[in-house]
Amino acid sequence: MTHWPFVAAAYAIALVGTLALVAASYAAMRRAEKDVDALRNER
Amino acid sequence: MHAFANPARFLKLARPLTLWLGWLGALAVAGALLDGLLLAPRDYLQGDSVRIMYVHVPAAWLGMGGWAGLATASLMQLVWRHPIAAVAARAIAVPGAVFTAICLATGSLWGRPTWGTWWQWDGRMTSMLVLLFLYIGWIALAEAERERGGEGRVAAIFGLVGAVNLPVIHYSVLWWRSLHQGQSIGLTGTSIDGSMLWPLLGSAIGFTLLFAAIVLMRMRAALARQKVETRLRRMAA
Repeated sequence: MTHWPFVAAAYAIALVGTLALVAASYAAMRRAEKDVDALRNER
Repeated sequence: MHAFANPARFLKLARPLTLWLGWLGALAVAGALLDGLLLAPRDYLQGDSVRIMYVHVPAAWLGMGGWAGLATASLMQLVWRHPIAAVAARAIAVPGAVFTAICLATGSLWGRPTWGTWWQWDGRMTSMLVLLFLYIGWIALAEAERERGGEGRVAAIFGLVGAVNLPVIHYSVLWWRSLHQGQSIGLTGTSIDGSMLWPLLGSAIGFTLLFAAIVLMRMRAALARQKVETRLRRMAA
């Protein structure tokens, strides 16, 4: 039994999960901080 | 810790730290995983499936470490009413749940070629699954409490009580007969050869730095949203 498909699947799950978390967190942070800047400029 | 009770002071440190932690973590993970895939030797018994260790172990460590951080933040919220503590606990919960899920999925993928089964209801695997359910329950509870305008004290108590599961996970391989291997790295030494230990440590450090960067980004987003909500409320009044 070759183990490489299991290794590849495990790495794919770990990397996709981590990258998705980084991307979602970065997008949420940028959006929220832009809203603060927009509100500050309105005053 | 009390110095960071002021969100402005916290943000002054968090802004540059997010960038540094993120890039250092990404570089460490890339280097360690390439080392683990291409340079580290196969195991004499497990063959190439041992390479799953370089993503499975850091995910397990972060799943458990995440709840330890959540419980610490809960304690700070309940005892000292630290204003950043509730924000930190909320920022930790989702990444902690995701890394626990990654640990369970990669463990299953490691178990199939090594033990001949995807899943076994033994102490280590079951207590790790319980940790995932605790995370999901905590996220639902914190969200429900926030919608009702609560301070998150019920979720904080749940965070502290849930920490009981952490020693159960850690000692499960000693307390019950298990397919899962015992502890390989202790405070006094390790049974892992250096050629496998270094990529494992590099991967664990890299994923931990990335986890910290993710938590800081989520905290910055939460603090910015709070600021907008407060200003809008003030403008409407």
